[in-house]
Amino acid sequence: MAGTPSTTQPAMGGGGSGPNLLRTRTPRSVGENAIRVSLFVAAAISVITTTLIVLSLLRETVAFFGDVGATEFLFGTKWTPQLAGEQQSFGMVPVLVGTLYITGIAMLVAVPLGLLAAIYLSEYAPPRVRKIIKPILEVLAGVPTIVFGFFALTFITPELLRPLLGPEVQQSNQLAAGLLVGLLVLPTIASVAEDAMTAVPYSLREGAFGMGASRLIVSLRVVFPAALSGIIAALVLGASRAIGETLVILLAGGSGQLLPQIVTDPTQASGSMAAFIASTATGDAPTGSIEFETIFAVGFTLFVICLVLNLLSIRLVGKYRQVYE
Amino acid sequence: MPDTTRTAESDPTKTMDEPTGSTSSSSAHEVSPHLEPKPASETPSTETIFDCRNVDVLYSGKLAVAEVTAPLMKREITALIGPSGCGKSTFLRCLNRMNDLIPGAEVRGEIIYHGQDLYAKDVDPVQVRKHIGMVFQKPNPFPKSIYENIAFGPRIVGMKGDMDEIVENALKRASLWDDVKDRLKDNAFGMSGGQQQRLCIARALAVEPDVLLMDEPCSALDPISTNRIEDLMLEIKEQYSIVIVTHNMQQAARVSDKTAFFTVDLSAGESNRVGRLVEHDVTEKIFTQPEDKRTEEYVTGKFG
Repeated sequence: MAGTPSTTQPAMGGGGSGPNLLRTRTPRSVGENAIRVSLFVAAAISVITTTLIVLSLLRETVAFFGDVGATEFLFGTKWTPQLAGEQQSFGMVPVLVGTLYITGIAMLVAVPLGLLAAIYLSEYAPPRVRKIIKPILEVLAGVPTIVFGFFALTFITPELLRPLLGPEVQQSNQLAAGLLVGLLVLPTIASVAEDAMTAVPYSLREGAFGMGASRLIVSLRVVFPAALSGIIAALVLGASRAIGETLVILLAGGSGQLLPQIVTDPTQASGSMAAFIASTATGDAPTGSIEFETIFAVGFTLFVICLVLNLLSIRLVGKYRQVYE
Repeated sequence: MPDTTRTAESDPTKTMDEPTGSTSSSSAHEVSPHLEPKPASETPSTETIFDCRNVDVLYSGKLAVAEVTAPLMKREITALIGPSGCGKSTFLRCLNRMNDLIPGAEVRGEIIYHGQDLYAKDVDPVQVRKHIGMVFQKPNPFPKSIYENIAFGPRIVGMKGDMDEIVENALKRASLWDDVKDRLKDNAFGMSGGQQQRLCIARALAVEPDVLLMDEPCSALDPISTNRIEDLMLEIKEQYSIVIVTHNMQQAARVSDKTAFFTVDLSAGESNRVGRLVEHDVTEKIFTQPEDKRTEEYVTGKFG
């Protein structure tokens, strides 16, 4: 019932007349404050959670480096953390190479296909086709990754790779994992890149068409460069997903638990950092043991890699960003 | 280089004398203004650049512009004026087949350019646009350097010669060279709106078209920039035929040799608006003693 004083009444206090402009406490202003506070709490929770995760990672990682030298971990090429005694070695390079190898194959598949799909959808496809394909792409991006892994394990390797490349292809192999991770990130890259290209103002295309550019030239020499920042973002997003991908690799590419040397043969199993974490964490490494701490050290390294990748993309996106009115 | 052959078909006397079809209101082409000496100093054009015959434009089967028949003259500035929605921009975009880019757009009738129908089956719209350049309502430079903006066209059409020279010439023709010669590597987005629009003109001229279509090129510009663009148009019309759509009647009066007045025909109902050419004549005549009452009402500000 905090009625606002009528503006026709003389203002209280001073001799001046006119509308009352003073702040008053009304039920509405209290409500506004409550909303502001709860929004702040929601924002704070996500920041705090992330900080706590990093801290807990960091604690075990520090404990790990009390036992294992950083040089051995970062540059050693023998990865046998599960073995006992003399055999145990913590050189992370093989599992890092495995991660990058599989990611590399995945990007070889996903980048050309994804960008071609994006160009088709944004520049060539009739509106009706686009309306159908774009949602399908977005749904594909949400297919559970275990499905892709299972498909690689039960179809790609036995039905495709072995008949083509011979029986020496291992059941888990980098090629199958890479191909499927590629298919997994393809819709993400296509969809985000397509958004970036569609966002390029039509007037730029008109300018180029108006001087006799073909559709191909408009796509490649006008739209593509103008959308470069968004396209880079799409590629980095795809690469981050590939690097962090766990299940497909665990099922079809190797667990990353036992890599006495770097694997360079695509038909052999390796594994990735994420697959290693998943397989070891679900194994029977006792809490507080060195094997247990290894998970955190690898996890922390993965975290740093993804962080660097994201910072890099923010810089690149900023560098190529073009603001249109 | 435009290599389209000029044939007897582009002889204006022939096209002039043709029966002009159904639009009774369109009396313009019965006059042969270019045959009479014009008071202005320049020699009047005697050749058509576009001979438009019964041009209809449809969007998804719905008539948008109907029965435009008009000869547009070489090395003249033709202004298309009229109220919003009268189809003048749509018609302009028929002249270099830009309408082809709009799904569902269809053009009927003939537009004869150097003896060829632009809408003949075997005509490639990409080739058409190399000879008939376009400047748009809002400056639309590419997000590249000033130099790259100009060099883009010559590169895609495969022009021979020294690119630096081509760029310099194009910028000089658009009287932009002195403004930008020291910052050719700068991004075009750093230029003022007027400079951007002149850059777009330079960019269109760089591929050496013989026609320049301008779709309200000054509507986003201040009066000083507008003035410079108008001066530029008068300079380059020695070498190019220009068709300009404008909302600004003073602009049409200032720069154009001929003016075509379009209006909206509502006789088929509010939802079936159709643009029609009412009158096409020497600019001075359109503004001082138009034949059609609707033209008079529009140019005197009684309507529109």
